[in-house]
Amino acid sequence: MIVLLGVLVVVIGFATKRNPLLVVGVAGIATGLLGGLSPGKVLAAFGDGFAGSRAVTIFAITLPVIGLLERYGLQEQARRLIARFAKLTTGRFLALYLGLRQIGAAVGLTNVFGHAQTVRPLAVPMAEGAAERKYGQLPERTREKVRSFSASADNVGLFFGEDVFLAVGSILLITGFVNTTYGTHLEPLQLALWAIPTAVCAFVVHGWRLLRLDRQLERELLTAHVHDTAAVEAAQ
Amino acid sequence: MIKAEWFYWLVGLSFLVMASQMVTDRSNPKRFGTGAFWGLIGAGFIYSSWVVTKQAPAEPLGAAVLVMACLAGFGFTGRGTPRTTTPEQRTASAVRFGNRLFVPALTIPAVAMACAIGVKHLTFGGEPVLQEGSETILGLGIGAVVALVVGMIMLREKRISVPVQSGRSMLEAMGWAMLLPQMLATLGAIFQVSGVGDQVGKLTTAVLPEDSLYIAIVVYCVGMFAFTMIMGNAFAAFPVMTAAVGWPVLIGHFDGNPAAVLAIGMLAGFCGTLVTPMAANFNIVPAALLELKDQYGPIKAQLPTAGILLGCNILIMALFAF
Repeated sequence: MIVLLGVLVVVIGFATKRNPLLVVGVAGIATGLLGGLSPGKVLAAFGDGFAGSRAVTIFAITLPVIGLLERYGLQEQARRLIARFAKLTTGRFLALYLGLRQIGAAVGLTNVFGHAQTVRPLAVPMAEGAAERKYGQLPERTREKVRSFSASADNVGLFFGEDVFLAVGSILLITGFVNTTYGTHLEPLQLALWAIPTAVCAFVVHGWRLLRLDRQLERELLTAHVHDTAAVEAAQ
Repeated sequence: MIKAEWFYWLVGLSFLVMASQMVTDRSNPKRFGTGAFWGLIGAGFIYSSWVVTKQAPAEPLGAAVLVMACLAGFGFTGRGTPRTTTPEQRTASAVRFGNRLFVPALTIPAVAMACAIGVKHLTFGGEPVLQEGSETILGLGIGAVVALVVGMIMLREKRISVPVQSGRSMLEAMGWAMLLPQMLATLGAIFQVSGVGDQVGKLTTAVLPEDSLYIAIVVYCVGMFAFTMIMGNAFAAFPVMTAAVGWPVLIGHFDGNPAAVLAIGMLAGFCGTLVTPMAANFNIVPAALLELKDQYGPIKAQLPTAGILLGCNILIMALFAF
């Protein structure tokens, strides 16, 4: 039971907003020692963990080219391009992105989109560009909201698309675990089929919330502008 | 055969080059700490190749990881003033190059797709061209390198230092968030060997009442959700909850359809991934990458969706799996 203190460290650390790296470091050391590992073994666990999980950091390889393109106006061009499609609002654009991300993941293309490669250089400037065309310069709070929702469209699309694909990690994990532990013969295809209902729900629910974002933006920005005009009139 | 390790070395090497730039960047008040942090990550990336094959001890790397965590965690890292173009220059450049600017950006996914679908099956001299099991990582890496070459030719940019400097600015902006996903993966492994999973499994079984199908479904799905939030990864929660409730109770006792129960259970876990800072590479890293002030912005945007989808999963399982 005492090893669960490590979990508690994590929960308290995040709740009190300590630096996450320190929280995780302390929780790892505490759990390892409470779980009966020697200090050397705990160090080795950190080393093995770093070495074994380098794949999650490999997206850094795309940063130089994205940085180069941004220097030459990639984000500005993304805004200019989206400005030509008058019907494409922020919410509609993000719902479209969600759908593409989901379909991409469902056919196994999980690395075709992503936060570093697609969301920062393309999706965010397009989503912001659509709102800017309608309302002009966005206030800081609204900009944060549009960016948060852009990130969410990528995540929801990936998570609830990829399980429809047979060869994805989670499907193989399920079949691997169950077939070896319980001696059954589950096929990846059966599992992938059962991921479809949730994938449809995810698209409907999050797509609807993205479309509703348009109305929220309208409400926030129109009142913001009313305030601005009122302030200007008061100043006069 | 093209190996994944080559790209880890490339990433490590570029971190080392960027670290040396950081140390000499006088516009950064914390240049030595910043350089040390990224230099250690870069060296760690390369050293890891031998740790993975057990040819080098993991302890020194572990110590280095803890030093990195302290450097970033106690505020010894910072960022310099990025050397970049002005908004006016960027707008002028956007007008000049137009939609051609998208070509290198779209090269990355195009190459990644080609590798995942086509090159995956190619062999050269009886060996697969791409290392088996690493095709998607290789696709991303090859795509990034090809895109860089295409971009530099198209923009007539001859100095390799320009993209390296731009990449470095993005790294400095992300700061400690960059190391967090790897740290959390490590924590998951430590939880595993220390028996945290077993303990949670025992707790769940102890509080679960017998002979109530609907309560058992809710416990399995909500358990996947909650445990994924703690571990940051549905893969870590799955074996625990399935051994505790999913297999013995839902499939064994209530005769559920195994494929449906397990697939939907995993998806209930994914709902938890949407709302936890522990899933750093999906929630915290994007917040840093998009330069958000609120590092929980993406989580707040996802919270209602995650809650509704958890309900959907419980319903779908209750309606169709039994």
